[in-house]
Amino acid sequence: MQFAAILAGGSGVRMGNPSKPKQFFYLGDRPILVHTLEKFCAAGCFDGILVLTPGTWIQQTKDIVKKFCPQYADSIAVIAGGAERNDTIMNAISYFESKCNADDGAIIVTHDAVRPFVSLRIIEDNIAAALKYGACDTVVPATDTIVESQNGEVISSIPNRSILYQGQTPQSFNMRDLKETLQSLSAEESAILTDACKAFVLRGKDVALVRGDVANIKITYPQDLRVAESMLGA
Amino acid sequence: MLNTVYRLVAPRTIVPVVVSQDTAGKVVVRPTHLSICNADQRYYQGIRGKEVLDKKLPMALIHEGIGRVVSDDSGTFKSGDSVVMLPNAPVEKDDYIAENYLRSSKFCGSGFDGFMQESMVLPPERVVLLPQDAASEVAAFTELVSVAMHAISRFDAIAHGRRDRIGVWGDGNMGYIVSLLLRLRHPDSKVVVFGRNALKLNDFTFVDETHLVGDVAGVQLVDHAFECAGGEGSVAAIEQIIDLINPEGTVSLLGVSENNVPISTRMVLEKGLRLFGSSRSGRKDFEDTVELYRERPEVLDYLSALVCSVNEAAQIADISRAFEDDIHKPMGKTVIKWNM
Repeated sequence: MQFAAILAGGSGVRMGNPSKPKQFFYLGDRPILVHTLEKFCAAGCFDGILVLTPGTWIQQTKDIVKKFCPQYADSIAVIAGGAERNDTIMNAISYFESKCNADDGAIIVTHDAVRPFVSLRIIEDNIAAALKYGACDTVVPATDTIVESQNGEVISSIPNRSILYQGQTPQSFNMRDLKETLQSLSAEESAILTDACKAFVLRGKDVALVRGDVANIKITYPQDLRVAESMLGA
Repeated sequence: MLNTVYRLVAPRTIVPVVVSQDTAGKVVVRPTHLSICNADQRYYQGIRGKEVLDKKLPMALIHEGIGRVVSDDSGTFKSGDSVVMLPNAPVEKDDYIAENYLRSSKFCGSGFDGFMQESMVLPPERVVLLPQDAASEVAAFTELVSVAMHAISRFDAIAHGRRDRIGVWGDGNMGYIVSLLLRLRHPDSKVVVFGRNALKLNDFTFVDETHLVGDVAGVQLVDHAFECAGGEGSVAAIEQIIDLINPEGTVSLLGVSENNVPISTRMVLEKGLRLFGSSRSGRKDFEDTVELYRERPEVLDYLSALVCSVNEAAQIADISRAFEDDIHKPMGKTVIKWNM
């Protein structure tokens, strides 16, 4: 079984409007979240698709889905996310286990709602890699030189760029393995781990690389939205 | 749904553009194997006139291809179905004019985006189910086979009943496919192929006779003819057809030429010949072709001889490489294994 968790728990602070989560801003003629959901629904390979949204936005999220993609409304569920990203993922796992009878071999594909340009190829490659390796991360080769500084004042090292990648989403996992890994984290580990793949790496588990796409941008700042608008053609 | 389309914006320049498409009531197909046609090359290399390029670009190329259904809001297909995608999109129905001749019809890769896309969002009537065991590299150019099927169906409807000898001019892909389909559809007729390249003619193992066009002395006349030469070869081919065809025969013209082709109308009149054009194909021709794959699977074996190379495309540079390789191929089809 395969499930998709669309993480739409972000706030709109960095978009300049704290009252409105960024996934609800419009890209073209519809909210960013809707574009992302349409891609996952059209992929046709999921037994359940779940949107995890701020608690105060659940009803509006449902309204938006009904309004913009009524043909998919029945296959999309909406629940509240958690305090942190990993809490949100745990909410998703609980939902799929209790409501969708997820089995031991189930795959969960987690994706940022604000990455609407994810491709069907990336989704398919994620599922294939998660089935083969148990976990995978979508990445693109780093193009900027990455500089490390231990104290924030001077450079401590400059890693070799040819072995560096920038993480995108989706990140996909064997769901049971993900649950066990997240549950094994201590409070201290949880506090610093904002990335589920990092938890796998910390536990010495393989995380496969899936080739991402530079077009799979994350819409975080107002200028990102302008870039996204310019990517849309006629 | 946001969908990435890989458009030719200028000769040899392909860029990705994201378009928003409505999937309600539509089939979403992931292209898996695409096949390059000479018409695509004329756009890719900028051989078409400037006016045409200015009018038609930017545009995604390719109108021959198959794919895998990922979802279908119409409920016609199921996920995973292997299908052939129809490039012709009629917007009206006419009692006399076939969909592929209606001037209002839209055609992928000729004024409208072709199959070089992340996914094709199509109405179910533009999708035909393939046999699950059909070799993908061969099925990729089903559209080309359907064009031959269409031409032969028109021939069947137009030509008089004496069909003892049917001539095919052209030793390229279209000549090969038309000859093959004639062999299957008209087992009692002698299929006679005329070409310029002896090595290529040797591959026409299923026909009754092959002749080099420069050596036709003593060759018995044909009752009907198919012109599959195209390009600069059309002039000489049509001239020779008029010489070597019996009176009242039909001449089916399939070859595309950028330039006007002079024809000896005096001899056309004297012999009472019927020349008719054949171009593209309609849904019925695709269905007939797929049915032929089911009933006569050996046709897929014969067609596999046309697969010149299979190039995998995972990025735009791979697409360009496939087109460049295709320019230098000796014969056959360049297939792109599409993973974009």
